[in-house]
Amino acid sequence: MMEIGLTHYLVLSTVLFSIGLLGVMRRKNLLMLFFATEILLNAVNVGFAAISHYYNDLTGQMFAFFIIAIAASEVAVGLGLLIAWYKRHGNINLDAMSSMRG
Amino acid sequence: MELYLYIALFSPLVGALFAGLFGASPKTLLTGVVNSSLLFASFLSSAVLLGYVLNGQTVHVEMMQWIAAGNLYIPFGFVVDQVSVTMMMVVTTVSTVVHVYSIGYMDHDKGFNRFFSYLSAFVFSMMVLVMSDNFAGLFIGWEGVGLCSWLLIGFWYHKESATWAANEAFIMNRIADLGMLIGIFLVYWNTGSLQYDKAFAVMPTLDNITLMYIGVFLFIGAMGKSAQFPLHTWLADAMEGPTPVSALIHAATMVTAGVYLVVRANPLYHMIPEMGLFIASLGAFVAMFAATMALVNRDMKRIIAYSTLSQLGYMFVAAGLGAYWVALFHLMAHAFFKALLFLGAGNVMHAMDGELDPFKMGGLRKSMKWTFIMMTLASVALAGIYPLAGFFSKDAILEVGFVEHHYVIYTVLLLTAGMTAFYSFRLVALIFHGEERYKVFGFHPHEAYKFVLIAMSPLAILAVIAGSFKSTYFDMVTKILPNTEYHIHSEVTEWTMIIGTQLFVILAIFFAYKKYINFKGENKEFEKRLVYKVLINQYYIPYFYEEYITKPYRELSTVFWKKVDMKVVDATVDCIANGIYKAGENTRDMQNGNLSSMLRWMVAGTVILLSLAVAFGLAVRYADEISAVLSGLGA
Repeated sequence: MMEIGLTHYLVLSTVLFSIGLLGVMRRKNLLMLFFATEILLNAVNVGFAAISHYYNDLTGQMFAFFIIAIAASEVAVGLGLLIAWYKRHGNINLDAMSSMRG
Repeated sequence: MELYLYIALFSPLVGALFAGLFGASPKTLLTGVVNSSLLFASFLSSAVLLGYVLNGQTVHVEMMQWIAAGNLYIPFGFVVDQVSVTMMMVVTTVSTVVHVYSIGYMDHDKGFNRFFSYLSAFVFSMMVLVMSDNFAGLFIGWEGVGLCSWLLIGFWYHKESATWAANEAFIMNRIADLGMLIGIFLVYWNTGSLQYDKAFAVMPTLDNITLMYIGVFLFIGAMGKSAQFPLHTWLADAMEGPTPVSALIHAATMVTAGVYLVVRANPLYHMIPEMGLFIASLGAFVAMFAATMALVNRDMKRIIAYSTLSQLGYMFVAAGLGAYWVALFHLMAHAFFKALLFLGAGNVMHAMDGELDPFKMGGLRKSMKWTFIMMTLASVALAGIYPLAGFFSKDAILEVGFVEHHYVIYTVLLLTAGMTAFYSFRLVALIFHGEERYKVFGFHPHEAYKFVLIAMSPLAILAVIAGSFKSTYFDMVTKILPNTEYHIHSEVTEWTMIIGTQLFVILAIFFAYKKYINFKGENKEFEKRLVYKVLINQYYIPYFYEEYITKPYRELSTVFWKKVDMKVVDATVDCIANGIYKAGENTRDMQNGNLSSMLRWMVAGTVILLSLAVAFGLAVRYADEISAVLSGLGA
């Protein structure tokens, strides 16, 4: 059986990042956009953790924790705004949010 | 003494600014009085300075530094020496008279205040011109008088002909000023200084060709300002301006600036006698050329303008032959009687409701006694009859020509003297004698205001007595000018010449009187002759300029406008503007406010930046290989 090494983790990270990026570009639902952003962040986390383990250096894993903290606070704020928006407008469709049209 | 110098220089400027304050408002007598008083103050200061200079001293001040950069140092320096004090006296005397005269002459004009502002500004520029101690200051004054001349010729700017004449004068002078500027550059280039004393001190060390270039280019400037052939056409057209302007600017002061320049640069012209001879020949030519045009002209002011041109020719003859003091003396005498003649013509014009054709006048001596006396005096002085001013100065010029053995110049000048007498008295006879032809045209002539006549009287007195200053003047001015005295060796020859000239001139006067005193109507037979046609059309020179210079130039300009400017320059500029405009129009959609599409743009931007980073990273890594490949291509 093949041993799972750094390469696999990095490939996983890349695939996850691509899925996240695609989600950011394609999703029209704000909630789904948050999910896509979470995927992006966690793709990076996977990369950090893997490389940290590879070099036996804890710095990368520390950064992963920071990112998790930031992602959590971002989601907290973002969801709060999302609920406020939903209460006012009754939807969370991105295309409807165009009050800044130039 | 410095105080007097500053008063003489700056009181006209104060007057110009003061009158300028009221420039747009209707006539206020105050401006006329204040400006005339300031000019009188300037005149008094100049007189004090004259007294000081007569004692053999000069004043030289450096008011402040103007340009100091590297080796170039030009101060605002002013000098009152024997030459400039002459000019100051002429300028302030004539301009004071003209200012007072203008109070009467411009009485009913809407632009009364504006007129005084311009006139005083002119005097200030002229004072800068004559008092400056360096070429740069001279040039500033030179341009200043040009500007004021333009403003004053075009004073009645609602008249098409006046604006045209103003522009003509300005453009002609611009052509000449380019020459002047080149001359000044050459002076600085070769001597390293623009101060007269320093520059002239270095000049003897320069080679002849350089001096020649300097002399030629400076003289081109003088030719423009003094309206010498071929840049002479503007002077006659400049008569479109108000008559006091013609008297002050286009007879007494500004047009003599060219003579002043040659006199001022006498150390230079002394070293290049060939150029001097050219100046003298040109002067003699212009003297005759202008006098012939004056013989037949039918415009009072133009006749006097041609006469001015002719007398300027005389001055250049004297200056060119090295008799600088004679040139300056004639300049002074001429300023007095010519200004008087113009002012008298102004009175006649007023009496005739602006009519300029002397053929429509006649018999005016009954209604305009004083003007008649003064104009006759001025004409006698102009003709050079003993003992009036013109005799002393003009006879001196003839003697110079004779003593220097330039007999051709002498003959030309002698003939011109006869013509001068003829056209002057043709004018006097037509205006003041004979039948009262004006009655047909319904004019009601009246004498000018009394104060106007009183204002003119100093000029009349000077026109009579100026000749008696000759020896005093000679003693004074030859302290800095070459003191060549011109004496004909044999006394018999001298007396024959003087008496002969006088007789010739008097004969010309009688001839003019006989021909025109009982003038009935125009001689149609004479007007058909070729000579008349050539002269009345000013030798077809204005026509030639119009046909062969102005029109081709205009056509060329039209071609450049339509082909080059519109199709190349404008098109390029429009293309750039349109490109930017269209780019903006097309990229507007990026800013549609949709979060989703903004995110897409963000991703696109990230991708571009990342790929650039990768590309540069690779380029740095493989820099050696790339440069090897590139140098291989180059080799």
